Amino acid sequence: MVRGVRSAVPILLTFALLTGCKSPQQTGAPAADPGMLTINGAGASFPNPIYSKWFAEYGRLHPGVRINYQPIGSGGGIRQVSQGIIDFGASDSPMSDAQLQQSSHPLLHIPTVLGAVVPVYNLPGISAEVRFSPEVLAGIYLGSITYWDDPKLIADNPGVKFPHEEILPVYRSDGSGTTFIFTDYLAKVSPAWAQQVGNSTSVKWPAGIGQKGNEGVAGMVREAPYAFGYVELVYALQNHMTFGLIRNAAGQWIKASPAAVTAAAEAQADTIPADFRVSLANAGGTASYPICSFTWLLVPQQSADPAKGRQLHDFLLWMLAEGEQEAAAMGYAPLPRPVAERLKNVVASIR
Amino acid sequence: MTTQHSEMEEARAASEIRRFLMQRGSGAVADRTFAALMLGCALSIFAIVALILGILILRSRLSLHEFGFSFFLRSDWDPVRGSFGAVPFIWGTLASAFLALLIAVPLALGVAIFINEMCPRALRTPIAFLTELLAAIPSVVYGLWAIFVLVPIMRRSIGPFLKKFFGWTGLFHGPNFGIGLLTASIILAIMVLPVISSIARDVMKAVPNTQREGVLALGATRWEMVRIGVLRNARIGIVGAVILGLGRALGETMAVTMVIGNHAAIPKSLFAPAYTLASVIANEFTEATGDLYLSALIEIGLALFLVTIVVNAIARLLVFMVTRGNTARAV
Repeated sequence: MVRGVRSAVPILLTFALLTGCKSPQQTGAPAADPGMLTINGAGASFPNPIYSKWFAEYGRLHPGVRINYQPIGSGGGIRQVSQGIIDFGASDSPMSDAQLQQSSHPLLHIPTVLGAVVPVYNLPGISAEVRFSPEVLAGIYLGSITYWDDPKLIADNPGVKFPHEEILPVYRSDGSGTTFIFTDYLAKVSPAWAQQVGNSTSVKWPAGIGQKGNEGVAGMVREAPYAFGYVELVYALQNHMTFGLIRNAAGQWIKASPAAVTAAAEAQADTIPADFRVSLANAGGTASYPICSFTWLLVPQQSADPAKGRQLHDFLLWMLAEGEQEAAAMGYAPLPRPVAERLKNVVASIR
Repeated sequence: MTTQHSEMEEARAASEIRRFLMQRGSGAVADRTFAALMLGCALSIFAIVALILGILILRSRLSLHEFGFSFFLRSDWDPVRGSFGAVPFIWGTLASAFLALLIAVPLALGVAIFINEMCPRALRTPIAFLTELLAAIPSVVYGLWAIFVLVPIMRRSIGPFLKKFFGWTGLFHGPNFGIGLLTASIILAIMVLPVISSIARDVMKAVPNTQREGVLALGATRWEMVRIGVLRNARIGIVGAVILGLGRALGETMAVTMVIGNHAAIPKSLFAPAYTLASVIANEFTEATGDLYLSALIEIGLALFLVTIVVNAIARLLVFMVTRGNTARAV
C-alpha cells in the first residue's frame, strides 16, 4: 500500500504538470465580474501604445465592456486568433493566403494606423541631414557599400564631407514589424535584395550586426561612431533622434513625418485591394514617404459570441470616427480619408 | 497486518521516549507522508526533464521531419526561404562559453586561492562578499554595462591593442566595432567568475589543515603547499565548479544577446559578430510566423538541450578519467 502511494505522487505530479503545460501560449485575463463583457486581443507590439490608449478610452465610454490587449508579437497574434484562442489579433504584416486558409474562421484585415521606418546614423562632426537613395540603403545592408565616402553617397549629398571610415550596419535581431516594413521596401527597390534576401519579420542579413529592439539599434548607433541603422518613426520622434532623408518613387527627397506617411497611403488609395492586404512601400506621389506600412487588426468576420462581435463592430466605428484623430499626436500616421470611408463598409459586415 | 505486528514488537523493545511517541500515533503517518513527499520531489526532476524533452521533440517535429539530422549540420538560417540549420548557433554557443572559461577559470582559481590561503584576515570577508555580490547582479545589468562601458573600451583600447600585438595569430583580423564574440566571452567570463570562485573556495576550505601542515613540514614553499596540499586534494570539486560555470555560460541569454552581434554566420575572427542558440530563440520567437519557422526555433531549443547534456557528460567523463575513481594521492 505504501508503495502504491509512493508511486502515485509522481504520477499525480506529472499529470498536474502535463495539464498545466497544455496551452502555454494562451493569454488573456478572465472576466472580473459576470456583468462585464471582456474582449481579449493580442499581437503586434508596434501599435501597442495607441491601442492601449484607444481601448482604455473606449472602456471609459462603455462601462460594460473591457478590451484587453497583450503585445505578444505579430506571429503570436496571428496564431492565436487563427485558433480562436483570442477574440481578435493584430499584426504588422498581412497574413499570407496559406495562413488565412489555415485559420479556423474567416478573418478580416482592418488597417488602423500607419508606421514608418527611418534611417539613423552616427557621423561625428557632420550636422547636415544625410540623404539616402534606395540603392545606398540596399547597398549598405548587402555589404556592397562599406565606406561612408562611397561615390554614391557623395553624389547624393553635395557639400557633405564624408570620412573614409567603415560603415557599421545595425539591424533588428528580434523578429519585428519594423524589419518587415524595411525589408519589404528594400525588396521593392532593389532586385538584388529581392533575389538574395527577400522580406520578412527577420531575414538572413548579408552584413552587419543585430541588436534587440528599437532601443537596441538606436543605442548602438548612438554609441558607435560610423554606425548606421533603422528604427521606427514613432521611436525616433519620441527620442528626438536625427534621421536621414529618403528619395521616393517620384524622385523627391522626403523626411519622414506622420503627414508624409499618410500621403503615401492616400496616393495608393485607389489601388488598395478589397481585403486591405497591401504593401505601401515605395508609393508614388511627390509628398509620399516611401518606407511605410499599415498595421492591421485581425477581426473575425463572425465572432463566436455575437455580443463580442457587436462590440468589436462598435469599437471599430468609434476608432474610425474618434480614435484616428489622436494618432498623429502620438507619432502614428492616421488613415487617409478615402481609406477610412471604404473601411466603414467593411466594418459594417462584422457580426 | 504484518506491518502493524512488527510495529507492536518494535514498541515493546523501544525506549520510554520512543514508546511515548508511538502512543501519540502521529509519527508513523507523518514519517511516511514525508518520505512519499520527498520521493515525489526527487522524481519530479525526472518528470520535468522528460517533459521538457518530450515537448521539445513534439513541437519541433515539423522541422525534424523536414531537415532530419542535417538540421544540426546545416549552416543556413533563412526565415524567408524556410531553410534552417543550427551550426552557426552551436558554434557561437560553444565558442563563447569556452572562451569565457579560458578567461574566467585562471582568474577564479586565483581569487579562490588568494582568499583561502594568502589573504589577510581583514580583507577576506570583503573580497568574498564582493565576489558573491557579482553573482547576484541580473544579467541584463551586465548587458547594459557591457554596451555602455565594455564595448567602447573594446573598440578604443583593447581591440586595437590585440590587433597590433597579436594580429599575427590571425584571430583578430577584420573590422573591430567593439561588438562580437570576444566581447561576449569577456562579459560571460565576468558572469561565471563568482560561480567558479565561490565553489572552488568552499572546496579548498574543506581540505583538512593537516594536509597543509604535513606538506609544509616536509619543507615545501607556500606555492608548493597550495599546489600539492590544496589544489591536488580539491581538484574534483574544482572541476565540478568549472562545470557549473560552463552550464551558466552555455545558457546565458540576455547579456550575450546585447553584445554578441546576433549575426548567423560562423565568425572568422574574435572581433566578428556571432550568434548563440539561446539568443536566437529569445530574438526570433515572438514574431516567428509560419509553422516551419516556429518548429525550427523549438528545434534550436532541443539543440541547446542536447549541447548542454553532451558537454556536461564530457566534463564528467573528464573528471572520472582524471581521478579514475580514486581519491587524491601524493605527487
